[in-house]
Amino acid sequence: MLVEILDIVVAGLLMGGIYALIAVGFSLQYGVARVLNISHGEFIMLGAFITWMLYKVLGVNPLVSLAICGPIILIIGFLLYRTLFTRLRTSSESIGAYEGSSMLASFGLLFIIQNVAILIWGTDIKGYSYLNFGVNLGGAIFAANRLVTLLFAVVIGAAFYLFLARTRLGKAIRAAAQDPVTAGFMGVNINQVLALCFGFGALMAGFGGALISMCYPIQPTMGFQYTIIAIIVVVLGGLGSMVGSFIGGFVLGLIGSIVSYWQPGLSLTAYYLLFIVLLLAKPTGILGK
Amino acid sequence: MRILEGKGVTKYFGGLAAISNVDFEVDRGEIVGLIGPNGAGKTTLFNLISAALSLNSGEIRFKGEKISGLKPHQVCRAGVARTFQSVKIFGNIPVFGNVLLGALFGTSTGMSSPDATREAMESLEFVGLSAARATPAKDLTLANQKRLEVARALATKPELLLLDELIAGLNPAETTEAMELVTKIRDKGITIFMIEHVMKAIMSICDRIIVLHHGEKIAEGTPQEITSNQTVIEVYLGKSS
Amino acid sequence: MDISTLTSKRSLISESIILIIFILLAILPLYAPRYTVILLTSIFMYVVLTVSWVIFSGPTGYISLAPAAFFGVGIYTSAILGKILPLPIVICFGALASFCLALLVGALTLRLRGIYFAIFTFGLVEFIRHLLLFLELTVTGRRGRLVILVDQTIVYYVMLAIFAILLLTSYFIRRSKLGLALQSIGQNEDAAAHTGVNVTMVKVITFAISAFFMGATGAIMATRWTYIDPYTAFNPLYSFMPVLMAIFGGMGQLFGPVIGAAIFTYLEEVLLTRFPYYYMLIFGIILVVAILYLPGGLVGLAQKWRKGDLAEQHANP
Repeated sequence: MLVEILDIVVAGLLMGGIYALIAVGFSLQYGVARVLNISHGEFIMLGAFITWMLYKVLGVNPLVSLAICGPIILIIGFLLYRTLFTRLRTSSESIGAYEGSSMLASFGLLFIIQNVAILIWGTDIKGYSYLNFGVNLGGAIFAANRLVTLLFAVVIGAAFYLFLARTRLGKAIRAAAQDPVTAGFMGVNINQVLALCFGFGALMAGFGGALISMCYPIQPTMGFQYTIIAIIVVVLGGLGSMVGSFIGGFVLGLIGSIVSYWQPGLSLTAYYLLFIVLLLAKPTGILGK
Repeated sequence: MRILEGKGVTKYFGGLAAISNVDFEVDRGEIVGLIGPNGAGKTTLFNLISAALSLNSGEIRFKGEKISGLKPHQVCRAGVARTFQSVKIFGNIPVFGNVLLGALFGTSTGMSSPDATREAMESLEFVGLSAARATPAKDLTLANQKRLEVARALATKPELLLLDELIAGLNPAETTEAMELVTKIRDKGITIFMIEHVMKAIMSICDRIIVLHHGEKIAEGTPQEITSNQTVIEVYLGKSS
Repeated sequence: MDISTLTSKRSLISESIILIIFILLAILPLYAPRYTVILLTSIFMYVVLTVSWVIFSGPTGYISLAPAAFFGVGIYTSAILGKILPLPIVICFGALASFCLALLVGALTLRLRGIYFAIFTFGLVEFIRHLLLFLELTVTGRRGRLVILVDQTIVYYVMLAIFAILLLTSYFIRRSKLGLALQSIGQNEDAAAHTGVNVTMVKVITFAISAFFMGATGAIMATRWTYIDPYTAFNPLYSFMPVLMAIFGGMGQLFGPVIGAAIFTYLEEVLLTRFPYYYMLIFGIILVVAILYLPGGLVGLAQKWRKGDLAEQHANP
């Protein structure tokens, strides 16, 4: 009995770690940069594929790849924001209009990025094997790569939290999240900061993707489902609250694990049901304002 | 005869009481002023009456019937119309359309299209905007946009009109016109409850004044009584226009 | 609601042109190759989805990503009832089922802020998809079902009829009380409510009307696929495409979405045959460019609505 519970809980946490990372990324993009980025999952996919490619072609250790694909994706995200979304922001009449148009623009990005990925890598499922052995934890067996994933998710999350809390740039980001206008008055270069936020959001997605590639097979169409999960987690944890998103990721992972145990194949449906219920009962989320 | 009354009206935002246990009443045919320093809760009170916000406790009655708990469109159809502090017009719809909307949807019995058209034209005529009827509302001057809001409110054939800072942002000439309009509205038989900061205007046309401060009613009476009220003077030290 | 007597010469000319086009379309299957009939049917399908989408999302500015859900409901109704009921009834049922779903969804969610509504409708499609998949696997034991076969010419005519009825509906809504109310909601929802508009009801009804047509379309188009399953029936692409086509074609005039949809469907046909690996890319680029550079971007959603038809015609009574 205890082993079963442990099994469920740890499985939930393992999945939750990844959810937490991608949710924080999404929250950065929506909560601060005000972009509902439907193409978030595509950055996850890019992280996964770059890691896969580096491993297959150059034999680079996936964990080391984190340090390589991270900056690449950060820069892509940053540039995208500076060109596309900044322009949208300045030409929109209201926040509501901007949210809508940026969401639709991100659809466009979704199409573009996915298609480019298919052109480069084809549509087949790919994968590689890394740390694929079992580890015994209190009677239940877990794959080593998944445990490492969880470890890294927590480390990255903690590092980012410290970054936000302690560094000047982090504080600028928090200021911009609270009140962009005033932050602008206080000397924060809003355009830079928002672009960086978007970039960091993409970075989190990229990390998530890299970690996912270590444990699961990947294909260019994998992104969308993760975008949806990110949205659900962010609504669960509170739109705009990064801590909420991080914790929410683990909560959703646990829920998924429990539902899968009871009725495999129903976890995604359960996520949506939760999502719908949350939106109707408390749209601001458990930890939201 | 009492047309509007509130008993024990309370509204919290988070832990803060924006309106705290306020009683008020307005009699038919009166022009009642609602004044108080910034943040006193005046617009909040209007929002509670018009059902833009819901009460935490207490009740509000219009013509004896409870209106607290209704939806905004129901309050409008019951006979309470309002204007807004930050003018809320339908920018891309022509002036005429703005007012027509009121006539079509806001009256208690509903109107046919030809009747509504006539009603809307009359409203525009009344406020002096007939010439601009085809102009998109966003292209009007502020003073005219405020007139438009009044016309739209009047088109719903209200018995009570809530005016939220009608004069804010108007120059002296426009202010005089606005005050004349208010008097004309009262002469039509419509009761008026108005929020204002401009003391001169309030004192000159209001029959009675209610004073709010930090969400509570601190004084009530005729303009003379209010100007000589010690509490009000302290609260308002320096706040005149 | 009385509609202004269309006595102006300009209106008569455009009316005649429309009539002629419809007559041409009606006799087309008699002399055109089968391929053209099928292509036109696809165009009608997208046009209907797009115009229906615009009926609600255009004036109000509430971006709905639910068309795929309503379309899918129509498809499934057809699959389930197609063998036991005659086609016209099946189509009505498909339309009604979508209508009811929209009423439910609308009542639940149209009180949410715009962006929440969009997210919700986005999740709805996926939710139904997965739920249905699960139900099929556990209840019926197999995935998907077969659909009855219908002659392509019949499909063509049904779609043409739906298209015509939809255009008339859209036209009358624009010029009616409902149309004015919808615009006012898009411009300033609070003010609309305070002016006596029952905003929730207006939104829900309009949303349901638009869903009605999407459901009807799904019901008839289902016959194109001989086999359907939750994945093919509830495909988010059927939500994205109408939005893309509407933005591209412009939502101000009645015919903007029609033109947008027509061009896009044709483009899709061409791209799918010539550059099957690039069409997503091209669509994505077009969408981004359209949002960036076509007038007003998304702000145009509410403002491109033909400047108060009703108000205009009465402005000079």
